[in-house]
Amino acid sequence: MARERKSAEVASPLQAAAQLGRAALGTFERLGRGHLLLLELAIRLPGLLPRFGLVVQQVYAVGVLSLVIILVSGLFVGMVLGLQGYTTLVDFGAEQSLGTVVALTLVRELGPVVTALLFAGRAGSALTAELGLMKATEQLSGMEMMAVDPLKRVLAPRFLAGIISMPLLAAIFSAVGVMGGYAVGVGLLGVDEGAYWSQMQSSVDLHEDIYNGVIKSLVFGVVATWIAVFEGYDAAPTSEGVSRATTRTVVHTSLAVLGLDFVLTALMFGEI
Amino acid sequence: MRSRIVEIWVGVFVAAGLAALFMLAMRVSNLTVVSQEEGYEVIAKFENISGLKVRSPVTMAGVRIGRVSDIGFDPDTFQAVVTMNIDPNYDMLPEDTSASILTSGLLGEKYIGLEPGGALENLKAGDEIHLTQSSLVLEQLIGQFLFSKATESDK
Repeated sequence: MARERKSAEVASPLQAAAQLGRAALGTFERLGRGHLLLLELAIRLPGLLPRFGLVVQQVYAVGVLSLVIILVSGLFVGMVLGLQGYTTLVDFGAEQSLGTVVALTLVRELGPVVTALLFAGRAGSALTAELGLMKATEQLSGMEMMAVDPLKRVLAPRFLAGIISMPLLAAIFSAVGVMGGYAVGVGLLGVDEGAYWSQMQSSVDLHEDIYNGVIKSLVFGVVATWIAVFEGYDAAPTSEGVSRATTRTVVHTSLAVLGLDFVLTALMFGEI
Repeated sequence: MRSRIVEIWVGVFVAAGLAALFMLAMRVSNLTVVSQEEGYEVIAKFENISGLKVRSPVTMAGVRIGRVSDIGFDPDTFQAVVTMNIDPNYDMLPEDTSASILTSGLLGEKYIGLEPGGALENLKAGDEIHLTQSSLVLEQLIGQFLFSKATESDK
């Protein structure tokens, strides 16, 4: 390691170029491996139907255990939205629109995005650590020795469980957030209850807003679980490798979700 | 036993998720309005509709009786053609009903207000409302005001 660093310091331009090329090749290699894994997982999804118990177990690990953090953060995000929205809107005498503000913010953006970020921290990191440790302790190779396909037995159920859980979690987040906004706006700040719901209903569209929110969270579910599973499966089989893979899962998922969110928003709501 | 608890929890989770989706669909969104969209369509031509959008409300006496379903442009008369979808419950609007584009509040959204006329015939699907009043454009209003002030001070 020390020798490598020394040689990097005195590297000639040629060596620097070679290093850059190696790094670029490594990046593309991982990118390609990741997408091939996604393809292989997608092929194995129909094979899960006869053994759906495996998926149910993973939905418990990925979805049910994330429920508490989703409920609590959804409630508080909704309450903050209610409070901030109210203080801004009351200046224009438009506090009647609070329901619209809270519901649209949650359903279109915060619900899917914050759920995906929390999912990456709560469930994605756990998935990566689990799979990385399985690899480090050679459980995955052991399965292959016994002619059990680890992709089908271990990775695919987790992947499908993530895809199932994410839209449900996002919907729960949004619903709880709307309740939180209601509690603060109507309960504490005295916005008219009828106005809160009716303004919300008149401006939130089932197709435009709610379906698009569900589509968003489905996409985020695929991406977040895919990254988590791939990082775990691709981790270097050492304790350091597993810890790096876990960090990468959270960082890459967050970046991918935020970037994709802009693209999806532009496609769905923007007039770009 | 453990797997049974797991299954119960997963069931609760999925049910809660679906219930949340259902609540979002029924309580938060305008699903009830979407299902009402089997009304009859009436068109009206306006000089200026600035700010009116598809899905803007159509009201009579302050009660919403339909929504704007389409906005087009007539290249012959250079007018905006607004198609309104009126709820089938309200099929007794007189033929000489007039339509004007109004604003709810000072900065609120635009909507179409209908004023009933006195004709005995009723509006039918595909009919046109001939008496229309365009949207007030604030800039034009201010311009007219300044202009009239300027001419006053000239005297």
